[in-house]
Amino acid sequence: MSVRGTKIEIQGLSQRYPTRKVPTFNRVDLVSPPGEALAIIGRSGCGKSTLLHILAGLTKGTEGRILLNGTEVAGPSPRWVMMFQAPHLYPWMTVTENVGVGLTFARWGKKEIAERVNDAISLVELQEFAQANVQDLSGGQQQRVALARSLVMEPELLLLDEPFSALDAFTRAALQKDVRSISKRLGFNIVIVTHDIDEAVIMADRAVIMAGSPGDIVHEMDVDLPNPRDRTDPEVQKLRARLMATFQEAANYRKPEVALAGAVH
Amino acid sequence: MSDDAAVSGVVSAGVSGNCISRMLKSTAGKSVHFFGGLAVLFAAWWLGIHFITQDPSMSQFSDFAPKAAFEAMPGLWADGTIPAALETSGYRLGMGMLLAIAIGVPIGILMGRIRWFQQLTDVPFQFLRMISPLSWEPIAVVVFAGWEEAIIFLIAVAAVWPVAFATAAGLAKVDPNWFKVARNLGAKPWHMVTRIIIPAITFDILTGIRLALGVAWIVIIPAEFLGVTSGFGYAIQDARESLEYSSLMALVVIIGAVGYVLDTICVMLIRKFSWHRG
Repeated sequence: MSVRGTKIEIQGLSQRYPTRKVPTFNRVDLVSPPGEALAIIGRSGCGKSTLLHILAGLTKGTEGRILLNGTEVAGPSPRWVMMFQAPHLYPWMTVTENVGVGLTFARWGKKEIAERVNDAISLVELQEFAQANVQDLSGGQQQRVALARSLVMEPELLLLDEPFSALDAFTRAALQKDVRSISKRLGFNIVIVTHDIDEAVIMADRAVIMAGSPGDIVHEMDVDLPNPRDRTDPEVQKLRARLMATFQEAANYRKPEVALAGAVH
Repeated sequence: MSDDAAVSGVVSAGVSGNCISRMLKSTAGKSVHFFGGLAVLFAAWWLGIHFITQDPSMSQFSDFAPKAAFEAMPGLWADGTIPAALETSGYRLGMGMLLAIAIGVPIGILMGRIRWFQQLTDVPFQFLRMISPLSWEPIAVVVFAGWEEAIIFLIAVAAVWPVAFATAAGLAKVDPNWFKVARNLGAKPWHMVTRIIIPAITFDILTGIRLALGVAWIVIIPAEFLGVTSGFGYAIQDARESLEYSSLMALVVIIGAVGYVLDTICVMLIRKFSWHRG
């Protein structure tokens, strides 16, 4: 398995709903170079999850566009694959069938599917469960199946929507490390949306903070740490504290004109 | 590699060994219930006829007793009554069920997937559902060329609603995230039907078919009372008119047994295709 990353360009992206006065976010610009692991941190409701859904092509933005290696995202594609908060596996399929489902949609041959599925299952270390019923797996194992199901498509970009928030701390930490190391080994981009500062510090090369209403990117910070990262490492702790402080500062952020409008009232 | 295979072989042998002993146990328990229940049924039947025939003026009812009925069975088999009825009634039932499934499943999918379709069809379908299929008989006879087609139509009318409603109810329970994941992985619209919807609701469709089969098997007997000279309904009618009450009771037992077998097959299919746990 070998993949290359992609250059992500988000240009003037806005999302507004007709039922709401204030847009969810307004004219967001963001660039991420090939192979980067980018974390978008923000409180619930700041629009970060919506932004990710637009990146995946599952929702359309009202304005602006997203380019991946120069191609505009117009819908879902095996080149950019999303991993959701819950694994959402198909209970009538085995682990192997679940992992290969995307390839069968793309009408791959049986032999190629078997090979690639095998590789993906090894990558997430579920070889001994290949023929298991997914309902017999633990939450962490199920999320590993979901990861393999995404990786088997050999995406240039893996989008993660708080994918480990439902797991216990130990399993979460293991998966965070694994996803990062797999992405670095294969070279694809990651965009991870999270409200967990630790997750950003462990997984990302760069973290951006989204805040305000309408939401915008208010800060960014390079997460320049050696690999593999350990939570107890003082360097990691220091950066975590810095990111936390920035995050809290950003929580009070308001766009100048909104603040002004608030003052008039 | 070979070590792994050996280990997994041992593990699976252990698991299947457990399964077999558990299966044997549950089979033993089930057969006690099966034969016990049958014994109670036949005892009640025998007792009922026994007490009725205590009164000398009721002595002709002795033909209705289990003994007479079971004695009549070999004769009914040998003269071809039962095999012929199995064949013709089975054919009508099969055709009616096929029609009901071919129409009911797509309608159910439309009801479960498309909101306005469900809302628009709710009243007419609930209305039609409550009309006894047999009340269509005079109309069916006029509309269709022969009684044969009319009977198949009646069975289809009886069976289509359970299939359609069970399909729709099954689809309503399908996790919308399954569609989102599929779309995310590049599924085309037809993949949603063939790879997601159908396997997700096979259990519900089969449950609907099971209900439909029960209704259809009940409807087919009176439907065959008129117009045709074959099938279980006709055989019953014929036995009544020629006052062969032992044959009549033998046929009643066979009808019940066939219904039971059909239902058991459905239950086995439901178990085989169900991914639900517990």
